Amino acid sequence: MHEFPITEQIVKIASDKAKENNARKVTRITLVVGEYSGFIGDSIHMYFDILSKGTLCEGAVLEIENVKAKWRCPSCGIDFIRKPLSFACPECGQDGEPTTIGKEFFVKNLEVET
Amino acid sequence: MSGKKIEVIQNIFDENDRIASIVNESLEQLGILVINIMGAPGAGKTSSIINMVKNLPGEKVYVIEGDIESDIDTVKLKELGIETIQINTNGACHLDAPTIEKSLQELTIDQPGILFIENIGNLVCPAEFQIGEHVKMLICSAAEGSDKPYKYPLAFEKANIILLTKCDLKAYVDFNDEFFLRGVRALNKSVPIFEVNAKTGAGFQEVSQWLINRKN
Repeated sequence: MHEFPITEQIVKIASDKAKENNARKVTRITLVVGEYSGFIGDSIHMYFDILSKGTLCEGAVLEIENVKAKWRCPSCGIDFIRKPLSFACPECGQDGEPTTIGKEFFVKNLEVET
Repeated sequence: MSGKKIEVIQNIFDENDRIASIVNESLEQLGILVINIMGAPGAGKTSSIINMVKNLPGEKVYVIEGDIESDIDTVKLKELGIETIQINTNGACHLDAPTIEKSLQELTIDQPGILFIENIGNLVCPAEFQIGEHVKMLICSAAEGSDKPYKYPLAFEKANIILLTKCDLKAYVDFNDEFFLRGVRALNKSVPIFEVNAKTGAGFQEVSQWLINRKN
């Protein structure tokens, strides 16, 4: 349910871009999906096949690049993937700060036939 | 026929965020402070609204109640004389900006005040969608346990104010204050945390004062 309206949005973005470029058909869409975007690639795939029917995106391959969330240690400056129930830096033990890595949710590029 | 690659880099939330900005600005012009109330089912969102309203005697208050189904909370609020409209999402797990924009057509805003929007009971996706709010208020109950910042970090990171409800239950549920606070501070250094109890009303006067200060 959650992925349904957002998948409609993906089909719309891709179709609009394809039209702007006078494309006849979209053959591939690459999405970047962060761990904390709240969206699940498999679920987007399922809705995509249904929602793209009759659009320029019908039959396109949907490729999803997943990004793991990272925290940044304020003392070492390193970016790290946290352990469950902890935000501690693996190097020095200090709690890391949230970053934008892992919050991505965008259409990266398209391949089209003109 | 030939193939070609097009760079796009377009945020999928753009359309939602564009509508959220319109809602945010139009309500601000009317002198309305919009509070997006997020929290798990049973955390005490409606009880907190009732207690905040009791401590806002000089303010006009409006409420939009988001629920998957039923109007139980709306009936409760209306009985207390609070102007409330109901949104039923019929299964959707969060409110989004287009839904709020549409529902505002039903709400008569005749004077400045505070609009509480009670989001769907869920700690995950309400944190990802802007709905036109000026303040994100996170309602978290002691009964849910002190590990919540670690399990639902985005909600805590984005919150502008946190209410820790059901504080009288802390001793019964082994609530670990230090662990909870460490998690919240790792995610959000400056967010104010108010400890409250909706049964007795303890702590809500301070919350309402915070809202008044934020509005003026």
